[in-house]
Amino acid sequence: VTADSRISIQRWTNLSIGVAIVVAVLFVLLAAGPAFLSENILDRLTVLFIYVCLAVMWNALAGYGGMISAGQQAFFGLGGYLAIRLSEWGVEPYLALVLAALLAGVFSLPISAIVLRLRGGEFAIGMWVIAEVARLLVNLDPIIQGDTGRSLIALASFDAAERRDITYWMTLASMSVMLAVIFVMLRSRLGSSIQAIRDNEEAAASVGVRVSVTKRIIFVTAAIGCALAGGLWLATFTTFQPRSFFGIQWSAYMIFMVLVGGIGRFEGPILGAIIFFLIELWFGTAGVWYLIVLGLTALLFSLFLPGGIWGYVEDRFHVLLLPVGYRVRMTAPSARGGDTSQSIAAN
Amino acid sequence: MSVITALIEGVLLGGYYAMIACGLSFMFGVMKIINLAHGSLAIVAAFGLWIIADRFEYDPFLALIVVLPAMGCIGWLLQRGILERSARSGELIPILSTFGLAIVLENVLFECFGADIRSLAPYVGSLAYDSFDLGGGSYIGKLAVLTFVVAILLLGGLQLFLTYTPLGRQIRATAEDPDTVELVGVNSRFVNAVAASIALITVGLAGLFLALRTNFDPYSGSLQLIFGFEAGVIGGTGSLWGTLAGGIILGLAQTLGAHIHPQGFLLAGHGVFLLVLVGRIYISGPALHGFLKSKFGGGA
Repeated sequence: VTADSRISIQRWTNLSIGVAIVVAVLFVLLAAGPAFLSENILDRLTVLFIYVCLAVMWNALAGYGGMISAGQQAFFGLGGYLAIRLSEWGVEPYLALVLAALLAGVFSLPISAIVLRLRGGEFAIGMWVIAEVARLLVNLDPIIQGDTGRSLIALASFDAAERRDITYWMTLASMSVMLAVIFVMLRSRLGSSIQAIRDNEEAAASVGVRVSVTKRIIFVTAAIGCALAGGLWLATFTTFQPRSFFGIQWSAYMIFMVLVGGIGRFEGPILGAIIFFLIELWFGTAGVWYLIVLGLTALLFSLFLPGGIWGYVEDRFHVLLLPVGYRVRMTAPSARGGDTSQSIAAN
Repeated sequence: MSVITALIEGVLLGGYYAMIACGLSFMFGVMKIINLAHGSLAIVAAFGLWIIADRFEYDPFLALIVVLPAMGCIGWLLQRGILERSARSGELIPILSTFGLAIVLENVLFECFGADIRSLAPYVGSLAYDSFDLGGGSYIGKLAVLTFVVAILLLGGLQLFLTYTPLGRQIRATAEDPDTVELVGVNSRFVNAVAASIALITVGLAGLFLALRTNFDPYSGSLQLIFGFEAGVIGGTGSLWGTLAGGIILGLAQTLGAHIHPQGFLLAGHGVFLLVLVGRIYISGPALHGFLKSKFGGGA
């Protein structure tokens, strides 16, 4: 920030400093949650955190990387399956969740070599095929017992309260790490590269962005994140069933959360996950109608509010809760107190 | 089932895949949009035909007189109401819109018709199980042959339409450059809506043969989308007939896969698709973008 310039670049604003403090306090409160929250609320929060993980990862892929995937359930399912497989081999269950996610990340490398050549809708369906293949292959493993599925039996060695607390903390930690990774990524050079690719792949390449490496980094990150979410889902609900873990409904949920919250915004998927969580809480028992409303809402947002709720709020009121973008302040004489600030290339 | 019979069945099954693939590729070629509701729309058509056959006791082939124009109208509405608008927000948004639409269609069908599996086979007399005797204990289903013949007629008809009619030329020109055609007096909005109608009419036809060939339920659409997409990508280059080749390769892989292992049908089909993708990377280098496009965009 130069003093004599008429234009200054600002990252942290008073608002974002305030929000950062609130986030820190909230994190400490949530971490202390098991001390004062009821079991029911802890379970609910665990599910919410997993939704946030999924939404944030899908947003990283689609909103920043321009890769719309209809097959992230491939990694969600792999995370669950590999955790069972590792645990059957004698790995301590919670360690197995983390190792499974990393292993899914390793698997995502050869997959990325195939699918990252596809673009737009071709990538979307290509990933869907990958998810189908993963489901069929996992079904071949005898320990899964076809569609019957298998439980993470090793979890039975913990008592129920202990298991709930560990799963809760682990989910909170996973969510926080994922948010931090995306936050740091966006503020780094990588973040600018990713958004340049999203906006125009050819143009980005022409100014020296290493397109394929950058896309691969984000693809593998999203694979690990979704696999970890799958493992945590398994730890929460204990039974792995291929048809539900590899089901297309996960893509529908991720698309809903990101599209409604605000695609390509840092805060969007968090808001979307909270909205999705509340809708499920209130209307989840409505069965098919609930899915119809989810699909219809996603459709309507894509038509009339493609930036989502947060996109609307941000464009309308120029708020940036967290400093992932830049603010260019024009200190033009005509403006009152030099306050005509406008955020550009922010998200 | 002998291997020879499996081979012939695989080729004939390819006819169905070409039918479901051609509308998908056609739409991508003209509007650059991959319609993720493609499979679910085929199921909508199948249910439409089923209602007419079951409630009003008309022959399903006769019911096409109602269902195909209805699908054409749906195509028009789809283009004007959803695709055109969402495409304005960037190339990624139509993917999300059509995915949302697919979820809505599937679940509305489920709400209306429940989870029962259905088939049109009982409404066409003995067609579904009649067969030609090839000698040596091999039989080939008449329905499979009919499907294949209709697929060839459909692809051939589409090709003739695109090559020789003024509207066909306008569609090809719009696919090439929608802004420039406006300069020479073509209404590209109209042309796109016509193209979407044609695509949906092929979807209606595919829905008929799907429902005759096998059982379907409200959620059968996503697999049809995947098969159509795979056939389109495998067939890849050059012309509409590439789609038929892709369908045949997919059908062959699936029937031979099923011959080897009970899970082999789906795995072998997906496997061939992935192999083709890998092969393309190492043979041609550049991204796959435009494989489908070249089919209709250039000299279809």
